[in-house]
Amino acid sequence: MKELRLLSPCGILGYGFPESSFLNGMAMNPDAIVVDAGSTDAGPHKLGAGVAIVSRRACKKDLEIMITNGAKAKIPVVIGSAGGAGGRVHVEWTLSIIEEILKEHGLQHLKLTVIWADIEKEIVKQRLSEGKIDPLGLTVGELTPERIEKTTGIVAQMGHEPIVRALEQGADIIVCGRAYDPSPFAAVAVFHGFDMAYGYHAGKILECAALCAQPGTTKDCMLGIIREDGFIVTPLSKDRVCTKTSVAAHTFYEKDHPYLLHGPGIVLNLEHCTFTELEDGRSVFVTGSRIERTDPYRIKLEGAMPVAFRTFVVAGIRDPLLIGQLEEVQDKVKAQVRDYYSDVDEKDYKINFINYGINGVMGEMEPCRDLPHEVGVVFEVIAKTQELADTVCSSVRSTFLHYGYEGRKSTAGNLAFPFAPSDVPFGRVYEFSLYHLMDVRDGEEMFPVEEWKGGGAR
Amino acid sequence: MKKRLYECAKVLRSKNSGPFEITLDCLFDDEQIYRKIKESGIINRALVAELYHIPEDLITNIVFFDPALGFKITFARRISSGTSFDRDVYGAQQHAPLMELLVEV
Repeated sequence: MKELRLLSPCGILGYGFPESSFLNGMAMNPDAIVVDAGSTDAGPHKLGAGVAIVSRRACKKDLEIMITNGAKAKIPVVIGSAGGAGGRVHVEWTLSIIEEILKEHGLQHLKLTVIWADIEKEIVKQRLSEGKIDPLGLTVGELTPERIEKTTGIVAQMGHEPIVRALEQGADIIVCGRAYDPSPFAAVAVFHGFDMAYGYHAGKILECAALCAQPGTTKDCMLGIIREDGFIVTPLSKDRVCTKTSVAAHTFYEKDHPYLLHGPGIVLNLEHCTFTELEDGRSVFVTGSRIERTDPYRIKLEGAMPVAFRTFVVAGIRDPLLIGQLEEVQDKVKAQVRDYYSDVDEKDYKINFINYGINGVMGEMEPCRDLPHEVGVVFEVIAKTQELADTVCSSVRSTFLHYGYEGRKSTAGNLAFPFAPSDVPFGRVYEFSLYHLMDVRDGEEMFPVEEWKGGGAR
Repeated sequence: MKKRLYECAKVLRSKNSGPFEITLDCLFDDEQIYRKIKESGIINRALVAELYHIPEDLITNIVFFDPALGFKITFARRISSGTSFDRDVYGAQQHAPLMELLVEV
């Protein structure tokens, strides 16, 4: 039977994987090595500030194994959402690592292709004015031209189409900007003539590598075998197995719905899938995945903008008299600092206390209000400038440290600082300013495919 | 017999579903327990609103999925991931209120 084998080394490029698992995968003659490098999980800072999720060294370590083995086997290597957020600066960071590897291993003959996913602000403003942009979520802020202007970088998630184009052009290594996580996997499947539904569903599982196995991890390799009647997933370490529930359950992961998955121009419906454990006791066959194309074709925009600067302090409190009235004392500290800086506009800064041990993790959603014997406090000042954040935070710290609350016995100080200096200037705070769907002509309109001749050759 | 939900579930977790939503997954390895909880109707919007101190209209999905023996609850974040005043960038520690729920098994 005709089939296609996809090797997924790890859940995020740079997370690392056992080389032995990877070589087990190579021994099974894969048709492509595909890895997802992206996520919005780490917050808006990566996209906004143009930094990567993983270190350069970790990214290079993974890529070196993938590229040298891919070249030896003459199969393509496809990287989705390069550099994490998939913007130009993230893609270029990845390309510079790849160029270094190609040079070090004498592999400069390989065809390196890049697919950009940056969206120009003017295009977004234009489509906004045409009513072709909608927020993706109940609490997504209203998009305005001003907000677009403040955004430092806008990317969109690509579907399989531009990646198929790059494969048609004979690319050996494809570096994609921001991509829907399953798209690079689906692209290889579509390029080889397999059902797009199985490509995307397999991609949804494989993009997290061995997370759908037991024990699950993003730091180990998986093989996906796409067939005409479905697909098989199999872990590449002897220490892991896939079960029908572990694979079925994976479709839950970090999605809003357990079996309806929205992607660029598509909706994947997994309601009627069946999951069958194979005789080897570690692989699972999946069939029944369905896909529908949407009209219009819509892509998801992501953008981040700087909103403030932060300075913060970490401290501990052990005094039960203070813990018993902590929030009241913090309100009074806040008021005293506000009073002291009456010459500064109140809107220019905010003081915030996070009380670990009371409701640090959940805030107002916390149902349990029992008091502990010890509290970890993180307090921060969010301000218009770093200088103002530093200034106000310094006053919050000294006011809180010495505040003479009702019934105090410990007149020498209220806070145990683990570090000196106690105040940490953090830098810029970002916010996702765009998380919207935008109508496009088709899957290729916004994602130019370009053969990369090296940074200096352009 | 009543049990805490975490005693019956195999997986009980929370995570971002994008930067503007939190999603809670509860998965079982015992089909009978899964069916019993599903059919009891205890997992509903009013319960989630109460457990998480959120208005019901922020809840976008409560769905059971039989092949995975699990249910999913998704609600909108009031503060998006990783910006000022967020407390859980990955949304990975928002499942605890659901763990304590008493269910008939």
